[in-house]
Amino acid sequence: MDFQVVVLAGGTSKNLVPLVSQEVPKALLPVANRPVLSYVLELLELSNLKDLIVVVEGQDAALRVGGWISGAYVDRLHVEVAAVPEDVGTADALRAIAHHLTANNILVVSGDLVCDVPPGAVAAAHRRHDAVVTAMLCSAPVSGPSESGPAGGKDKTKKPGRYNIIGLDPTKQFLLYIATGAEVEKDIRVQKSILRAVGQMEMRADLMDAHLYAFKRSVLQEVLDQKSTFQSLKQDVLPYLVRSQLRSEVLLNGTPQAEDNGNEKVASQNSQVVLSRLVANASTPSFHELYALGSNGSAPVRRTHKCCAYIASKTKYCVRLNSIQAFSDINRDVIGEASHLSGYSFSAHNNIIHPSAELGLKTTVGPHCMLGEGSQMGDKCSVKRSVIGRHCRIGSNVKVVNSVVMNHVTIGDGCSIQGSVICSNVQLQERVVLKDCQVGAGFVITAGCVYKGESLARK
Amino acid sequence: MGAQRKVGTRVSEDQEDLARVPLQAILLADSFATKFRPITLERPKVLLPLVNGPMIDYTLAWLESAGVEEVFVFCCAHSKQVIDYLENSQWTSQPNFSVSTIESHNSVSAGDALRLIYERNVIHGDFVLITGDTVSNMSLTEALQEHKERRKKDNNAVMTMVITQSKPSPITHQSRLGTDELFMAIDPYTKQLLYYEDKADHLKGTISLDKILLVDNPSISLQNDRQDCYIDICSPEVLSLFTDNFDYQHLRRHFVKGLLVDDIMGYKIFTHEINSSYAARIDNFRSYDTISKDIIQRWTYPLVPDVKCFGNCTTKLDRQGMYRALEIGQSRSAQIGPFTVIGNGTNIGNDTKISNSVIGEGCTIGSNVSIEGSYVWNNVTVEDGCKLRHAIVCDGVIMKSGAILNPGVVLSFNVVIGQHFVVPAYSKVSLLQQPIKQDSDEELEYADQSSGVADIPSITSTSDQLNGELISKLSERRSWAASEVGTGGVGYIWSVCEGGHEEEWRHSVAPIPADKLAEVMQTTDDELELSAQDGNVLPPSGELKHDFDSEDDDNEDSRDESVYFEKEVEATFLRAVNESVKEDHIILEVNSLRLSSNMTSTDCAGALFYSVMKLALETAHSSTSELLMNAASLITTWQKLLKYYLPSVDEEIEVILKFEEMCSEFAKEFSPLFAQILHLLYDKDILQEEAILAWAAEKEGADESDKVFVKQSEQFIHVSIYVHFLFHNIFSDSMQSCMWSFASSMLTS
Repeated sequence: MDFQVVVLAGGTSKNLVPLVSQEVPKALLPVANRPVLSYVLELLELSNLKDLIVVVEGQDAALRVGGWISGAYVDRLHVEVAAVPEDVGTADALRAIAHHLTANNILVVSGDLVCDVPPGAVAAAHRRHDAVVTAMLCSAPVSGPSESGPAGGKDKTKKPGRYNIIGLDPTKQFLLYIATGAEVEKDIRVQKSILRAVGQMEMRADLMDAHLYAFKRSVLQEVLDQKSTFQSLKQDVLPYLVRSQLRSEVLLNGTPQAEDNGNEKVASQNSQVVLSRLVANASTPSFHELYALGSNGSAPVRRTHKCCAYIASKTKYCVRLNSIQAFSDINRDVIGEASHLSGYSFSAHNNIIHPSAELGLKTTVGPHCMLGEGSQMGDKCSVKRSVIGRHCRIGSNVKVVNSVVMNHVTIGDGCSIQGSVICSNVQLQERVVLKDCQVGAGFVITAGCVYKGESLARK
Repeated sequence: MGAQRKVGTRVSEDQEDLARVPLQAILLADSFATKFRPITLERPKVLLPLVNGPMIDYTLAWLESAGVEEVFVFCCAHSKQVIDYLENSQWTSQPNFSVSTIESHNSVSAGDALRLIYERNVIHGDFVLITGDTVSNMSLTEALQEHKERRKKDNNAVMTMVITQSKPSPITHQSRLGTDELFMAIDPYTKQLLYYEDKADHLKGTISLDKILLVDNPSISLQNDRQDCYIDICSPEVLSLFTDNFDYQHLRRHFVKGLLVDDIMGYKIFTHEINSSYAARIDNFRSYDTISKDIIQRWTYPLVPDVKCFGNCTTKLDRQGMYRALEIGQSRSAQIGPFTVIGNGTNIGNDTKISNSVIGEGCTIGSNVSIEGSYVWNNVTVEDGCKLRHAIVCDGVIMKSGAILNPGVVLSFNVVIGQHFVVPAYSKVSLLQQPIKQDSDEELEYADQSSGVADIPSITSTSDQLNGELISKLSERRSWAASEVGTGGVGYIWSVCEGGHEEEWRHSVAPIPADKLAEVMQTTDDELELSAQDGNVLPPSGELKHDFDSEDDDNEDSRDESVYFEKEVEATFLRAVNESVKEDHIILEVNSLRLSSNMTSTDCAGALFYSVMKLALETAHSSTSELLMNAASLITTWQKLLKYYLPSVDEEIEVILKFEEMCSEFAKEFSPLFAQILHLLYDKDILQEEAILAWAAEKEGADESDKVFVKQSEQFIHVSIYVHFLFHNIFSDSMQSCMWSFASSMLTS
């Protein structure tokens, strides 16, 4: 396998306070009672990508993530966990582990991705075009992730145009322009040279960069070495490669490299290019090749490289856990409409109740709910569209709606929890009412308190 | 084929409304451009022969076949010639096709023309708007149908533009018709036109689309491989829009762009793409060449020499695209190559070679002549041994033996080229002297043939007369310099004006030479390099943000924020001035602004001071002293407000720095007054001596350029402040005021 996978698992993201803490880095946040990182790892495993480097911000977090991985995947995956200092950019994170990278192509995945698009398909597209970079794009949610369910109090509302603005060629295979909606001040500036070469460019605002990239290693390392100011893959490296695709400054050792890749489909000779195209099932030469050939069609006069896009089909699920809102949404989706991702088998009532969980009298657990191992619920409780973790003790007359309750949470009688996230070891005393709140780990809420749209955490 | 289409439109129309409006068209028989000069000085462009038929015939033939029933021909330049031609042509006697003319003498643009037509009140429904130099065989049915359906849903869809596929050359950035490359943004689903840029700025490596476009449409198709056919289906509103916006002149540059930019009225333009049919407009010599070849190669069928039923129907098509009129005299040894049209009554001598060319009627071509890729109009005499390569030769030209036309030459009517004279490439020769160059390009664009050549008719009317007569007449007036067009030659070589010789090759009939291509390619590469470099500077890599897990942070630039804050404070202040709000209230408002934008009180002080000074600057003043008065009165009025935000020396220094920045950047008018205003501020107790001294000290180590204002105020700083400082501490108040007046007198002296 000439692909090496780098999973950027992050650290303790500020966006997710108070859900994350020293004990629970972002990668270990539970989604349907499994760490979010497990979704990526299992997705990679499905594509038979088993040689992974997981990069974690912060030494402590790395230890915890490493500990969990070695426990869960010891005989399934070959995982190396690397720690980088906190708050480094994605590019810096890759620089830090550069010496580990040996394969010809590198697949970089964000550790907070919950999706069912096979990375193997992205890798295949990457190899087919011998691209320097292939980015996976998925359709952005129509009106932002907050379309259903109450928004988390601290979460920023998604403005229109926050997504990426992406330019594609008519065949939708090549990436011609990329910018984050938020970054574009007023005007979208499209390079005429690229537009001239391709003739027609489709600008899309309804696609989202899924943070899954395949890079050619030599190019990636060259860019990282030469452009020391680049900090982020998404905001610096990828736009740079896209921008300079018709005037490539990378791959100075050019075609021999391509041959080294063992990719016979691309060759230096014209005739072979034609042949390769037949093999690649592309009837016309790509605009890169035409452009490189110049006007007289003889030897290539310009150096180009290809930036490809893999567009996931609309039916696929693909969301990143990068905000509290996303956390709630993903939890709801994974036990709801995207239930195939969870890996659990659902009961006849379309919910998952662990056999060891105990339910009191007249307690109902609705569809799209999950009740973890060893949790107990009192009488006359009602749970709707919520995830409840392991070993929780829930009193009587408790209502849990659209919420996530992590492990070892104690909830007193008569509590009502709506649209909230309650972290591990939280204690809610009697008659607490929470609406759209986040409660940090170990917090204690005294009896009868009413909170709305607040973030509660231990100081 | 035309009849079928007509039936189609009629049926659809019957369905929608009973009062059937005949399909109308406006044909502008004036290009309002100067690209065909010098030829168009003597004959209107629409009457120039295109493969031996006037251009307007092609346009009218298409309109008739496309089901148009009423055509209004708008004539401006040489209107008499156009009207005369139409009156004597077959078009006025067609059964279901009426052609009427509208004459104007003072229209200088398409905008003027449409305004005039609006006044005439002749257009009653949707109409086709084209110019008289359009060649097409497309069916209008589909485009009309689309247009009407859109209109039913959305009354603001006022225009449908016809576009076709044509990839511009990647090297010269122009289409095969010689027009500039076109950048369009089109909604792929509704086909709405969102962006249109034809006069592209070559130096700019990027095109800028408004971000709003993508908010409204999830997907936009940016196109560079399309070509505008200049065939528009318009609703009657278009005419009134031109009347409302009296500054609209150019159809594309003003009208289309105006509608696209101005979203207040919400008018929309849509596109209709044709794939299999032909539509093109003769814009320049290159498109004349391209379209002529297309006609010869039958892309425009049925508008081809042997089918079209206007003019001479006697042309026969031979093998290899050779069209020959019935009565031609051709020597046995003459070789007539492929894709050539020979007109009626033309004689061709021995061993003459003609290829890829159009020869008009009644021409006399001698022996051993070689004609390649050229357009020879009617009654031209080419004597023995001449060579013509990629040239246009108008009616009545005489080329004496051995004359050579290099590629790109245009010989206007009745020019005589002397023996063995070599006409340099891309030169234009006319009997008329080149009009004196107008001052502005813009004027030249609109000032058409009608201006400056009012005395032409005498010459144009003689165009049918014998050349000899004319020559003798002209030679009486002036003896021709042999150097111009050779011995015995008649005509002026026009010096190249607009664009310079460099650009001549772009629009000429001649193919672009290889060395030019190489040159241009080199420059495009350089440009690309430049743009790539630009690209490196421009993009958001400046905001080096890691998106590892915090990409959702707002990444607003702090600088933008401060600018925004400044603007807000200024607006608050201006409102206070205009509505005489109490100072306390301003303070409250500014404070709340400060808190909401997370600024310090230093920023407030700077911003407020900036607002005051800007107001002073904007108040009408004629001299610097008046400006000083303005500033002084404003500072006095608002001294309490200013002082409120200056609790400590730090803020005061900030104010001085701000003022310095203002003086050196945009409010240069203040710079001579710097010291005086500083003095004033000091007098009013707005600034303390410590602040001024600290500022001066701070600037000590700065660059020379930064110290301009320190130097200017040096005297003031040294004299007044030290004196003041000393006396403040040592002497009594009375002495102080005494010494102060002394110091002031020193300062002013």
